[in-house]
Amino acid sequence: MGTLWFWLVAAMLVAYVVLDGFDLGVGLVYLFVARTEPERQQALRSIGPVWDGNEVWLLAAGGTLFFAFPLVYASSFSGFYLPLMIVLWLLILRGIGVELRGHSSDPLWRTFFDGLFSFSSALLAIFFGAALANVVRGVPIGQDNYFFLPLWTNWRTGPNPGILDWYTVLGGVIALVALGLHGALYLTLKTEGGLERRARSIASWLWPVLLLVTLIGLPATVIARPSSLHNYVNHPVAFLVPLVVLASLAAILVATRKRSGLLAFLGSSAYLAAMLGGAAAGLFPVLLPTVGTNGRDLTIALAAAGPHTLQVGLVWWTLGMILATMYFCIVYWLFRGKVPTQLDSYGH
Amino acid sequence: MDALSLHRLHFAFTITYHYLFPQLTMGLALLLVLLKTMAWKTGDPRFDIASRFWAKIFAINFLLGVVTGIPMEFQFGTNWSEFSRRTGGVIGMPLAMEGIFTFFLESAFLGLFLFGEKRLPRWAHWCSAFLVFAGSWFSGFFIIVTDAWMQHPVAYNLLPNGVYEVSSFWGLLGNPEAWLMYAHNMCGAVVTAAFVMSSVGALYLLQRRDEVYGRTFLRLGVIVGVVACVVQIFPTGDLHGKYVAEHQPAAMAGMEGLFDSVKGAPIILMGQPDIEAQKIDNPLAVNKVLSFLIYGTTAAEVEGLNHIPRDQWPSTLPLLFYSYHIMAGLGTYFVALMAVAAFLLWRKKLYTARWILWALMLSFPLPYIANTAGWMTAEIGRQPWLVFGLIRTSEGASKHVGAGTSLFSLMGFLGMYTLITILWIVLLYTAIQKGPLAPDRENAHQSLTAV
Repeated sequence: MGTLWFWLVAAMLVAYVVLDGFDLGVGLVYLFVARTEPERQQALRSIGPVWDGNEVWLLAAGGTLFFAFPLVYASSFSGFYLPLMIVLWLLILRGIGVELRGHSSDPLWRTFFDGLFSFSSALLAIFFGAALANVVRGVPIGQDNYFFLPLWTNWRTGPNPGILDWYTVLGGVIALVALGLHGALYLTLKTEGGLERRARSIASWLWPVLLLVTLIGLPATVIARPSSLHNYVNHPVAFLVPLVVLASLAAILVATRKRSGLLAFLGSSAYLAAMLGGAAAGLFPVLLPTVGTNGRDLTIALAAAGPHTLQVGLVWWTLGMILATMYFCIVYWLFRGKVPTQLDSYGH
Repeated sequence: MDALSLHRLHFAFTITYHYLFPQLTMGLALLLVLLKTMAWKTGDPRFDIASRFWAKIFAINFLLGVVTGIPMEFQFGTNWSEFSRRTGGVIGMPLAMEGIFTFFLESAFLGLFLFGEKRLPRWAHWCSAFLVFAGSWFSGFFIIVTDAWMQHPVAYNLLPNGVYEVSSFWGLLGNPEAWLMYAHNMCGAVVTAAFVMSSVGALYLLQRRDEVYGRTFLRLGVIVGVVACVVQIFPTGDLHGKYVAEHQPAAMAGMEGLFDSVKGAPIILMGQPDIEAQKIDNPLAVNKVLSFLIYGTTAAEVEGLNHIPRDQWPSTLPLLFYSYHIMAGLGTYFVALMAVAAFLLWRKKLYTARWILWALMLSFPLPYIANTAGWMTAEIGRQPWLVFGLIRTSEGASKHVGAGTSLFSLMGFLGMYTLITILWIVLLYTAIQKGPLAPDRENAHQSLTAV
């Protein structure tokens, strides 16, 4: 039962990164690709009806982690206190940036919120990448199953790591590039005109950068945490995951060449899902690994909530996910196709 | 200040600030459904314009409710990790259900409600308004279930490793305390929205502008307001008070400032608690009323604080006493004001009686204060327990997050929320000044660029 919940939480996080990833990515490339006021409005309208729902995946995944693995929720949230607080502030600024920009037509007002939106999106991408890298690298868990990480120590992995070290910064960079590409491909798919053209061009030079950092990232993970290969060695079928990573990168390239926007976007979605899935496959059955010898890994067995909680949870979780998927289908269907350049509705 | 106090202040500040937004949006969601229904039934475009105006106000407040709400879910883990570890198997469930069942619903249909009016058929747009209303009210329910479990834990097992798990799903959702709190709380949200709507209506009439809409807002606000204000006190407040007296006698005694157990206990309308001397200074009391309110008979004995071990007294007693009195005093004022306004509405004199318009216009902050004071009463009254009778507040905080760290993020939130407050005031002021007939902003902008 705990194993099932491990993969359900992982799947929710994948949904979060793939979905909110593209609107974060739009924020990343926004200032570069959307130059004129109508283009900026077009870019924002391409994520307007969906960004909030995408972000809900983070809350839903967090809530699910809380009830299915209370120990991991308690330990990791208090241990990653400082970066989480910064993430919260960035989420606040980003939400304000997207939604309040249109409330005044004053160019200064709009420039301020444009900056807020782009700045917070970029930092969030870096923080999310670094957060995942922290989980993969491991944290110094103590006897009491808790830890507390400073923002940085000596920038090295090892027994006394900080939130930021060479490996987690690399994780942040990978996330920045990957989400930037994801967002650019989304804009290519959803917009037209100069915006679409510039989004395509930025995607075409982000692609080789992503290939480069990914190729650095895979061996770096083995250096930062040698045991991350154990599951792969024991179950060689898992090596399919890095193959999917490379295949999806290839698919993005081919699809961009062929001007197939949808295929390219699906390619970058598959890339993100495979990167996260690969991390989860390397960790399983550990949710949060320890470094050093003090404490122990927080495993599924150690951290799972009581059996009755998990059983009952499965019933409503399934029902809730069916409903959520339906809502997403309705919204994305109503919102299908390119964003119209003229508004045809009451925009509040 | 020590780490524990800072963690408490951290949560108290962020939750108090956060709840300024949902209390309006939950109530306003109901009023929007009513406006949309009237627009549909009567075909009068006035109601469509009115609901578009309030949708703008709703959208601003909803956004700020969302962005200030995300920190709440995080803080269980960041600042209260011991509490989360031990109770996640219970309260993690309603919190996760809130995310999965209501946030997805709200986020999907709010977009359709705000942007889809011209694209959707009338019934579909009405449905999107209704689903936003349903989503926000379900959301409130799951949060109340969480808090009610902390007030009155039910349907749990203690596992050998010291953590709690749910023993009965329906037992948790059916916690009687949750339903009482929910009724009282949602009614309070409707009070806030009704006051805000009547306040804007009164403003327009006093300014002699947009008078058609001013009258519409006033009528709806006053009719809904008078019902909500009465239900807020009776039966919801009354029932909830009796429940507190039964299950948390220390909280009840602290709220009423009752130190000695007495038969025919008086109700103290005003005064200042003196903990050292164990009495209320300058009391303004009415004899026997408290016994009657709780037990229905003036002779009943009400348990005083001195009957209860000192280590189970609510830790900030004077604040508990004041919170409760502010809530109850304002609640009484609301009934009086709305009753007079409703009477004048019935006599067709409301729109011209400037004195009551002034009172309505100026009263909009008071429900915010009353709702906040009500929550403070509930949560301070629960002290010194984090989960009543099971976990003390001092046991629940994160062990490795120090005072300095907690103060760091508290100050960050102070700064962030200052910014939000400024934006909130500017945006609401602008929207109200522009009025219901202001041209739609994006279209207005586009036509400007076209010129």
